[in-house]
Amino acid sequence: MSGTENAGLQAIPNPEKATLEGKNKFLGFWFFLGGETVLFGTLFATFLALRDKVASGPSAHELFSLPLTFLSTIILLTSSLTSVFAILAMKDYKAGAMRLWFWITVLLGLAFLGLEIYEFHEYLGEHFGFTTSAFSSAFYTLVGTHGCHVLFGVLWISELMLQSYKKGITTVTAPKYYVAALYWHFIDVVWVFIFTVVYLLGILGG
Amino acid sequence: MTTHAQSLAVSSQRKGFLHWLWTWITTVDHKKIAILYLFGGGLFFLIGGIEALLIRIQLAVPNNHFLVGSEYNQVMTMHGTTMIFLAAMPLIFAMMNAVIPLQIGARDVAFPFVNALGFWLFFLGGIVLNTSWFFGGAPAGGWTAYTPLATEYLGSGMDFYILGLQLSGAGTLMGAINFLVTIINMRAPGMTFMRMPLFCWTSLVTSALILFAFPPLTVGLFFEFFDHIFHANFFNTANGGNGIIWEHIFWIFGHPEVYILVLPAFGIISEVVATFSKKRLFGYSSMVFATVLIGFLSFMVWVHHMFTVGLGPVANAVFAIATMTIAVPTGIKIFNWLFTMWGGQIHFTTANLFAIGFIPTFVMGGVTGVMLAVPPADAQYHDSYFVVAHFHYVILGGVVFGLLAGVFYWWPKMFGRMLNETLGKITFWFFFLGFHLTFFPQHFLGLMGMPRRYFTYLPGEHFELGNMLSSIGAFGMAVGVIVLLINIVVTTAKGKRAKGDAWGIGRTLEWSIASPAPEYNFAQTPLVKGIDAFWKEKMAGNKKMTPAEPLGDVHMPSPTVIPFLMSLSLTLASFGFIFAANQAGKPHTGGLITAAIGIGLMLLLMLIHSIKDDHGFHIHKEEIMRIEKEAE
Amino acid sequence: MKRKWQRWFRLLPLAALALLLSGCGKEGVSALEPLGPVAKDQADLMLISVLIMVVVVLVVGFIYFYVLIRFRKRKGQEDYIPKQVEGNTTLEIVWTVIPIVLLCILAVPTVPKTFSLSDTHSAKKESALEIEVSANQFWWQFTYPKQKVTTAQDVVIPTDRPVVFKLTSNDVIHSFWVPALGGKVDANPGQVTTLKLEADKEGTYRGRCAELCGSSHALMYFNVKAVSSAEFDRWIKEMKAGPDQPASASAKQGEQLFKQNCMSCHAVGASQTNKLAPNLTNFADRKYIAGFLDHDKKTLEKWIADPSALKPGATMPARGASGKLTDEQIKQIADYLFTLSVEK
Repeated sequence: MSGTENAGLQAIPNPEKATLEGKNKFLGFWFFLGGETVLFGTLFATFLALRDKVASGPSAHELFSLPLTFLSTIILLTSSLTSVFAILAMKDYKAGAMRLWFWITVLLGLAFLGLEIYEFHEYLGEHFGFTTSAFSSAFYTLVGTHGCHVLFGVLWISELMLQSYKKGITTVTAPKYYVAALYWHFIDVVWVFIFTVVYLLGILGG
Repeated sequence: MTTHAQSLAVSSQRKGFLHWLWTWITTVDHKKIAILYLFGGGLFFLIGGIEALLIRIQLAVPNNHFLVGSEYNQVMTMHGTTMIFLAAMPLIFAMMNAVIPLQIGARDVAFPFVNALGFWLFFLGGIVLNTSWFFGGAPAGGWTAYTPLATEYLGSGMDFYILGLQLSGAGTLMGAINFLVTIINMRAPGMTFMRMPLFCWTSLVTSALILFAFPPLTVGLFFEFFDHIFHANFFNTANGGNGIIWEHIFWIFGHPEVYILVLPAFGIISEVVATFSKKRLFGYSSMVFATVLIGFLSFMVWVHHMFTVGLGPVANAVFAIATMTIAVPTGIKIFNWLFTMWGGQIHFTTANLFAIGFIPTFVMGGVTGVMLAVPPADAQYHDSYFVVAHFHYVILGGVVFGLLAGVFYWWPKMFGRMLNETLGKITFWFFFLGFHLTFFPQHFLGLMGMPRRYFTYLPGEHFELGNMLSSIGAFGMAVGVIVLLINIVVTTAKGKRAKGDAWGIGRTLEWSIASPAPEYNFAQTPLVKGIDAFWKEKMAGNKKMTPAEPLGDVHMPSPTVIPFLMSLSLTLASFGFIFAANQAGKPHTGGLITAAIGIGLMLLLMLIHSIKDDHGFHIHKEEIMRIEKEAE
Repeated sequence: MKRKWQRWFRLLPLAALALLLSGCGKEGVSALEPLGPVAKDQADLMLISVLIMVVVVLVVGFIYFYVLIRFRKRKGQEDYIPKQVEGNTTLEIVWTVIPIVLLCILAVPTVPKTFSLSDTHSAKKESALEIEVSANQFWWQFTYPKQKVTTAQDVVIPTDRPVVFKLTSNDVIHSFWVPALGGKVDANPGQVTTLKLEADKEGTYRGRCAELCGSSHALMYFNVKAVSSAEFDRWIKEMKAGPDQPASASAKQGEQLFKQNCMSCHAVGASQTNKLAPNLTNFADRKYIAGFLDHDKKTLEKWIADPSALKPGATMPARGASGKLTDEQIKQIADYLFTLSVEK
């Protein structure tokens, strides 16, 4: 199977939900994201409770720089858009276009991670380590958990794309691409909240 | 694509014990996983029970020196943690795995692979937790692991607690997603939501509760993990941390957890009471409504565990009212059970004895629960033996009675043999009377001023009588459990074979197929025409369900060892972190490397699983016909 | 056999009520014998809830036994098929509404009491006595900030006014509970919580830690000694004056040893606060050693020789800070400690 347009399969619309297995995966993944939402909700709540507890370390106001995180936000939001294009291409059974858009998504994800690593490196230079204060622990845990999700997403989508050269778009693979894109949207949404609650509130709220 | 014949050829290469072991390690069949859960949970139930007996030996007389100080705290902590996470939870999953797909007329669960993974994570998590006994002592912070005691004042035992629960918690979460999707997507034709047996409903709501309650626990455990191993400051007051955050997180998980445990028990009771009254469940719609309402309210009441923390009267009053409201849907359930029996024909089988015994016991636990909802009075009850009595009435008298009713009721369906009724009734009476003797006096001990988690009490405080009765009762329960074990051994060796409709008065789909259920469950997916579908067919004079499809080949998922290997690699990672912990300073590098290897292996296995497509195998029509014929 | 047993169990809540009404447990220890207005309010609420719950249990119990007896399977009825009843809307409404009414009856007194019992501000206006409590693994320190007096293990309160305890902890979470005087409030590290209590009559009330705090959680007792207002004022004066100088040679020797071996953690003198171990100014006046041991010299010597044998996890070193005190020296220290009395 070449992986590009396949006349026999093109007859099935929405290949990600064409089989019971696909439907199960689709629904199960939504539930998983529900659980993830609660997970991040708990992290956010804890961060809010501890954001002023800076002990002897630096505060949010002293640390954060808006331009840098704004750039991160733009990058991640753009990657969400490219993953939408990838899924649209998938529904049309255009494997090449899908791969292109997903690879762009992966690159943007890597750029985001690079910026995050740079940012953390800067903070460490300003003596803002994981063990500095309750605020620092909560900050690194929340933002770091999100970063790990991005990293996992990058690895996951890359792995799916490498497979897609061989397996193409079928009712077996389509649900996988689809839930990976869902996952990617989810971590983008989480980032929007991080940007607002952690960075904007940190800079503006003093 | 592997055919069944090929897979048989492959498996026949491994003979004897190893072959047997391999079948169980690689199984993805929900019925086999149910048995794994039953024995895994049963094993930990026995361990937790032995710990309970040790506690009762120490407390039988004042100033006893049998288990003192930290030793007692370790046993007490492990008793609670084991019973909640490693006994009650998996036993509930055992029931769900054994019954849900059969009750909704499905051939399998939605994610057989994830189902197996969930079991192995739970089981190895339990092993990790229990290995703490051999490496410097078990956790001693109570099952609630309040900080900063747990994070700054206790040793390596807490690492086993944190990582063991993290593993088994992940397994539970996966199980929940699996059952949510199974129940929503895999119902047989005609099996609408409002025709599902109540056990399916309670399992559905429980799975939803797990989905929303376990992530906070995961996060909370990560906080303790970071504090204890990487010296973070979540709960370290000196650097701005706050231990009360843990209390909130723990109880946002912990209160729904109570309902996660008890709702499936409600479901089991509803099935058992209805069956053995030969009547349909009274007020089915209101039972469903009450179940959903209880699930919803269970997230709104966690502060009633924290009335004495000092959160202020506003929080306390609001959560008091919210807590009281839960009594309403629970009351609806009690009356519906009573009126299910009303006008029926009550069979006093062992399963039904446990269900009947459950009702007054749970009412007792419920009314003391309402009493605890009154904050000023709770200031007296809180952390006293009154609370110990209350939650044992709910969890032992509620959940465990329900589970035992379920075990006796569905045992023939799981194993194809009946348990002995005489021995079963002996078990019931020892367990029931022992239970009340153990826990009824504890209400008074609490009111008389005995706090929970005390390793001893002084003579002359008037606690002697209550504690002695309590200890005697505990041994009564132990006798009941031993008789149950004998029952299992004896009937497995030469018990009566069970018919498909083992009790002769089965109402739901699981009784319409052979006992034990064949690998493919239903030769033909049944057509469901109403509530209590099988009973309806029998009343119409049919012996079998009307099929919804012609007889054909059945597609099955292939067995796989990957879930087991994944769990092993995460176990390796857990031990890595545990041995990386260093209270004096930076974590040990060796441990961290081990942990990294474990996580790396996990990712590798995920990659393999993603790349390798499982095409499954088919059971052919002819073979199905042969098996069905043999079963008749 | 079954029905007889179960009927017996149905009677238990009644027995419970009887016990509640008559009170049980040892005086000065039990929540069932309230000896102050706070504990009485709480006991009243307990009683209301017990009464409502007994009604519930009786109703359920009656239906339960009626059903079990009336509808049991009888011989020769194997083929009987009961009527398959779907439900009954009227009945279902009834057993939804009645619990709601019962809960309202319970909620009405609950809410105002929740507010009034936690109201420590208006209590201050009534010239309440303020006492700062700091909990430690496994002992209690009590400071009277206005009077500038610090003591440990035994807290003295006057009977004529409410007392506001301001609670905190130096290590883990503890919980301050004096069942006979009222409910408990947690002592959290890094925070201050408040608890209002009042004693009606003079006497000694047993208090204990109610939140798991480590190995000797079960041994973290304290005493609340309620005295008349005049006696309280006298006690404060005596505490400030401190104990008399030791008279006997052995006790004098003990004082020297105490200064060398124990003073890095313990203090003698009511103005000294924030030490690592209990203040011993009025040691000889206390009821127990370490909160729970018999108050005699023999036990004290055993305690000094090896505290953690008697109280697991106690941080006090065996045989003094040096760890080298001989039996003779321990005896002398014990002699000295038993001279530490302020009550004349």
